[in-house]
Amino acid sequence: MAAAKRPELPAILIANDLREGEVVFATLEGWTRDPRRALVVQDERAAEALQVFGAKEFLRAKVVDPQLVAIESAEGAPRPRHYREALRALGPSVRPDLGKQADFQI
Amino acid sequence: MLLLDRHGPKEDVWERAETLCQAETNFVLTPFGAIAESPLVQTDLRLAALLEPNRALDEVTPFFDRLDMIVVHFPSAADGRGFSTARQLRQAGFKGILRAFGPLISDQFPQALACGFDEVEIIGAAAARQPVEHWMEALKRISFLYQRDYGAQDSIPEQRLARAAHV
Amino acid sequence: MYLYDEFDERLVRERVAQFASQVERRLSGALTEDEFRPLRLKNGLYLQLHSYMLRIAIPYGALNARQLRRLAHIADVHDRGYGHFTTRTNLQFHWAKLKDVPSVLGLLADVGMHCIQTSGNCIRNVTADPFAGVAFDEIEDPRPVAELIRQWSSLHPEFEWLARKFKIAVSGAAQDRTVMKSHDLGVRIVRDAASGAIGYRILVGGGLGRSPMEAQVLRDFLPREDLLAFLEAALRVYNLAGRRDNKWKARIKFLVLDIGVEVFRARVEEEFARIDKTKANANPAEEARIASFFASPPYESLPEISRSLEQAVARDEELARFVGNNLTRHKRKGYAALTISLKAIGGIAGDISSGQMRAVADLAELYSFDEARVTYAQNLVLPHVRLDDVPLIFARLKEQGLATANVGLITDIISCPGLDYCALATARSIPIAQALSQKFADPARQKDIGELSIKISGCVNACGHHHVGAIGILGLEKKGAESYQITLGGEAGDDYALGELLGPGLPAEKVPEAVERLVAVYLARREAGENFIETTRRLGLAPFKTAFKEIADAVA
Ligand code: HEM
Ligand code: SF4
Repeated sequence: MAAAKRPELPAILIANDLREGEVVFATLEGWTRDPRRALVVQDERAAEALQVFGAKEFLRAKVVDPQLVAIESAEGAPRPRHYREALRALGPSVRPDLGKQADFQI
Repeated sequence: MLLLDRHGPKEDVWERAETLCQAETNFVLTPFGAIAESPLVQTDLRLAALLEPNRALDEVTPFFDRLDMIVVHFPSAADGRGFSTARQLRQAGFKGILRAFGPLISDQFPQALACGFDEVEIIGAAAARQPVEHWMEALKRISFLYQRDYGAQDSIPEQRLARAAHV
Repeated sequence: MYLYDEFDERLVRERVAQFASQVERRLSGALTEDEFRPLRLKNGLYLQLHSYMLRIAIPYGALNARQLRRLAHIADVHDRGYGHFTTRTNLQFHWAKLKDVPSVLGLLADVGMHCIQTSGNCIRNVTADPFAGVAFDEIEDPRPVAELIRQWSSLHPEFEWLARKFKIAVSGAAQDRTVMKSHDLGVRIVRDAASGAIGYRILVGGGLGRSPMEAQVLRDFLPREDLLAFLEAALRVYNLAGRRDNKWKARIKFLVLDIGVEVFRARVEEEFARIDKTKANANPAEEARIASFFASPPYESLPEISRSLEQAVARDEELARFVGNNLTRHKRKGYAALTISLKAIGGIAGDISSGQMRAVADLAELYSFDEARVTYAQNLVLPHVRLDDVPLIFARLKEQGLATANVGLITDIISCPGLDYCALATARSIPIAQALSQKFADPARQKDIGELSIKISGCVNACGHHHVGAIGILGLEKKGAESYQITLGGEAGDDYALGELLGPGLPAEKVPEAVERLVAVYLARREAGENFIETTRRLGLAPFKTAFKEIADAVA
């Protein structure tokens, strides 16, 4: 992963699991499928650490396409600010019965 | 570095030199440009040319007699120009050794052989990650091809014909 | 329909095992993501926004009941109970898991299907006229040559690592129904006026995407026996000369544009002359073997007109609409090709549930000699139904929500998956299609508007063919929000034309209103018997731009 421009904070790290393809979120203990459990970083140092973690996990053939994305400081599940990442974190808007929005009732 | 032909890994006897006069042995591999520019023909010298993928066929054919081997450079695994280059060289009558050189992946080994290459030389990290077994297994994966005249095996259409003639 | 022999079957099975080994090597780290990506793409596996997506090849759109049932089974067991038909007549499953893909491929191989070359920089799944073999305007059935090309292009050792994707379409009818001029290479079956011989007109250099171009004639008449040698020559020239330094300029259309079609033609002819035709071309016996699979089914002799259908139509207004819109003339008396619209009002274009797949399988088996077809407009076709059976089929379709009578009308909208699924998207496209479909739902209104194609893409790649829609809609990002550009006047067939931009992008909620204004201009200014696209041609862009500007100005 190229050293992309750091997004605004707070942020979370989103990726796809290599074996399954499912969207996963970084936590302190590795990855989770549940967006509500995503680790929210508030400062530069923590954001950098998360990015390094993502790059390492990519090289270890655990995840693909790890991206740090800016979120709104909302209650419950963190919601990405950009509409693309919001869709990625929730599921298809035309099928509310599928994706994270359905699995975790967000 | 890994050098393989259809039977397995082999030693590289070719010495690499930027120009012909730098050569110390009788087996010299040098860029095609260096050969094209040098008029001198030393009879006991065995010559191999390293060809960049954008070289036009017409530039190379006049040198066929002087070349024991042509090494076609693959700048990346995804850059498949070399497969067509090999095909054109064979079609134009080149009978020497054809070597594919670059960061190829093992699944491309049978494709290279089918297009007329005799051997592949893999360089860099690609060679370290892909052991010899991967390359040899890759040769056994697809038994027969639809394309006629690619490789030594009888193609699927030819086998169909042969079978139809039997019944 | 073509059926695999032991050679086809072995090749596909071996390909499955090869892919399984590639997955294993990726998971072990022997292959990096950069090395693995092209390998998985050549096997139809993308990484999308939410998951992997598996694209299954449906060569020239032909399916039988067994295959449809197997697809339904895969949808239920390995996916989320539905699939999506695309403008290249493939089927996509949007929730694939990498670790399961090898077993799914095995399930497909059981029924003579695969995912070979449905993506990646290689020769893609070949498409053909959905009415092949049944069209009344056909010179010759294009399926045998499409199948020949499918085999020739599969696992081609020389052409698996091209500069970019390479799409081929084949048509054998007077009218093009394949969007041939947007293909990298088109094979048009033609009859030589002088000799009466059948051969091919070869087109080259078409494409949509970021820089849309219209294919040009490469060879006006190619004797049929020379097809494979000629394709080999054209592909070799492209493989050697196509740009490798810029993926946005790597399609063959840019090469043809850069050096000019004359120079390109000269190079192909030069290479063609060098090729040993006796080795490269197909053997006539092999061609005959393939053609034998496409013999006409055992039709009955039927009267031209079905009295029972006429009576049923007189009783049932809905059926009458269905018959008016969804039947296409068949070469045999008493038969029709029946199009099943996958464009239910407010639904998702091209999506089909597993239950619907099974229902279509049953209908194909019972009423259409076990054949169904996929069209580039994301619909299905039962190619040979007896007119007498139409009321029954209609009733069965209705139970499944598949009886929408809108083929070719304003609600028969082509739409790519857009940002709801696609990682490359800049905006959503499905919700736009749904809003338009609902706005124009009234059947009487649709009938009044008549033939009109709306085509929507969620980014410049143009998978939704927006350039060739009478009304084209392209979703982009503008200042951090979704924004939609509207083009007018595109056409997909023989009168191929690229639509022209009407003005600045609009937010999603303004799109239906804007389309309504465009339609209103047409309704007010059309002449008797004139359809939408004819009116736009006669009037030019100006009156439509004026109407569009009112909306655009209101937004600004
Ligand atoms: C969902 C994942 C998809 C991805 C990642 C994808 C990717 C692309 C890309 C990158 C291009 C542009 C290629 C170029 O111009 O070099 C393209 C073009 C195209 N795609 Fe897709 N596509 C997807 C889905 C689809 C679907 C669902 C359809 C059919 C509805 C489709 C049919 C096409 C067609 C017809 C083109 C035409 C472009 C042309 O000829 O230039 N694709 N796609
Ligand atoms: S047009 Fe763009 S958004 Fe739509 S499917 Fe193609 S790549 Fe995805």
